[in-house]
Amino acid sequence: MDNDSQYSGYSYKSSHSRSSRKHRDRRDRHRSKSRDSSSRGDKSVTIQTPGEPLLDAESTRGDDRDDNWGETTTVVTGTSEHSISNEDLTRATKDLEDSTPLQCKRFVGPVLGGCLSFFALITPLAFLILPQVLWRDDLDTCGTPCEGLYVSLAFKLLVLLISSWALFLRPPRATLPRFFVFRCLLMVLVFLFVASYWLFYGVRVLEPREKDYRGIVEYAASLVDALLFIQYLALVLLEVRHLQPAFCLKVVRSADGASKFYNVGHLSIQRAAVWVLDRYYSDFPVYNPALLNLPKSILSKKMTGFKVYSLDENTTNNSTGQSRAMIAAAARRRDNSHNEYYYEEAEMERRIRKRKARLVVAVEEAFTHIKRLHKDEATSSPKHPREEMDPREAAQAIFAPMARAMQKYLRTTRQQAFHSMESIISHLQFCITHNMTPKAFLERYLTPGPTMQYQQQTGGGRQWTLVSEEPVTSALRQGLVFSLRRLDFSLVVTVTPLPFLRLGEEFIDPKSHKFVMRLQSETSV
Amino acid sequence: MAFVPGQPVTAVVERIEIQKLFQGENLILGFSIGGGIDQDPGQNPFSEDKADKGIYVTRISPGGPADVAGLRIGDKIMQVNGWDMTMVTHDHARKKLTKKSEHVVRLLVTRKSLEEVVKHSMGRP
Repeated sequence: MDNDSQYSGYSYKSSHSRSSRKHRDRRDRHRSKSRDSSSRGDKSVTIQTPGEPLLDAESTRGDDRDDNWGETTTVVTGTSEHSISNEDLTRATKDLEDSTPLQCKRFVGPVLGGCLSFFALITPLAFLILPQVLWRDDLDTCGTPCEGLYVSLAFKLLVLLISSWALFLRPPRATLPRFFVFRCLLMVLVFLFVASYWLFYGVRVLEPREKDYRGIVEYAASLVDALLFIQYLALVLLEVRHLQPAFCLKVVRSADGASKFYNVGHLSIQRAAVWVLDRYYSDFPVYNPALLNLPKSILSKKMTGFKVYSLDENTTNNSTGQSRAMIAAAARRRDNSHNEYYYEEAEMERRIRKRKARLVVAVEEAFTHIKRLHKDEATSSPKHPREEMDPREAAQAIFAPMARAMQKYLRTTRQQAFHSMESIISHLQFCITHNMTPKAFLERYLTPGPTMQYQQQTGGGRQWTLVSEEPVTSALRQGLVFSLRRLDFSLVVTVTPLPFLRLGEEFIDPKSHKFVMRLQSETSV
Repeated sequence: MAFVPGQPVTAVVERIEIQKLFQGENLILGFSIGGGIDQDPGQNPFSEDKADKGIYVTRISPGGPADVAGLRIGDKIMQVNGWDMTMVTHDHARKKLTKKSEHVVRLLVTRKSLEEVVKHSMGRP
């Protein structure tokens, strides 16, 4: 199965422009290193365990991990060393699409918006400066009122500048499949405004060389006012309108049924999709394909069904009749697969708990081996020379006793794909530096965290596909269903409106709280 | 019948034996009780001492088994089949009276008039 896609498969498109370049270079280097080492790893001995191909396919990503920590691991490939397995092929195609250059489409929007706003900000200044430059001598002098207007103009421009920086100069976090309607609307509006002002200016001021300078300054001030109002409109449309909750979205992950409910305001489908994905990365437990299916040993019993032979001469209704008969026969036959499932689950539970107990004890013991050295203890007696270690060395020193227990636990809970030895040691170093207890150190491994926690391993941007029957710029409404698809699973989102609340009022006088003993109850016997 | 807390209670009691009657599926005795340590003793119309939390007979259905056996309204029940009734909750008293396995209840009841009768009879000779 080519589902080794969990974390090798996330495409490396980043969402930042400049800082992304650094990330991308680092990641390119990392990726090529992984490709080499994994191809080396493919050539080792294979022992295939039935029912867990996904699990072992992940362990071929040897990357930085030394396979001999704890115990020797087994690696699986589907084929011999001289042919390319399916996994290699999919990995190659994914790498190919990862290495496409940064799309230019992503920058069109912000660049356009930036140019437009720069142009709009420069315009009032241009209105003021051009007459001075071109026909200075003919202008009426305008004293105090103009200077007052200059001051107000300056401050309004400053406010515009600062609020534009605060609101609009943020790096975009997502590229949407269609135009963002409100943003386009606003850009068009700004463009029209500025264009019409320039038109008027050109015709009425530049042509006849208008002498009334004060009128020109007032005109420029009115433009700045108009720009401020457009910015207010932008604030309301882009930032405020969707804050009041109006709909309840149910998000279900198709692979394992993890679900959450969120309240959102009035958004278009694509914006709601971005909103949901933001929440997905921090709320949903990470997708672990190794935990998904019933082991094949249980399901395979069902495969051996009855064979149905029809003794009729005519073969018209054979297929449906046969399949129906088989289904009926399979249903009637008493199967104990639920029994096996139950016992297997119980066994798995027990095993996990046992390994967890060993892990906790090992970690606790390991943490007792080191102690933080305080400044005043630095000069200790020469009889007990203490070797001072920095956190990294300390982490490596105490990692050894707990390595085996850790690895066994990770294997039992099928998490070993998410944690390499390197990552465990760096987490240990982090915990030691911040004086964390063993329990705090283990928190990361005992419960599957949100997807965000595992980001560093793969890094980069995410490719999601929005699948919807309605056009994605239409607004949310009741009964809408859309889904966000990734390579191996999808999130299905259902929209329901929040109920209208009729709030009533009841006043209780605080003096009305009085109590009596219960009346004599009378029971007839 | 006032009782001093901590001192043993003494009272003149009458022994009454009531045969339970089958009414449909249920066994009934034909009277109602009130009182108990979880009830409000001030509401009891029959008790002398308004702090008395004992079990009292509040109503007797005429012609029923209790009426026939001689139970009177206002009686305080001291014991039921040997179980103490002076310091019990209302529900406990009900349970002890309505046990399905017992068809006879032997009550020890006390009332004001009993004391006077005893005083009279003691004063005579």
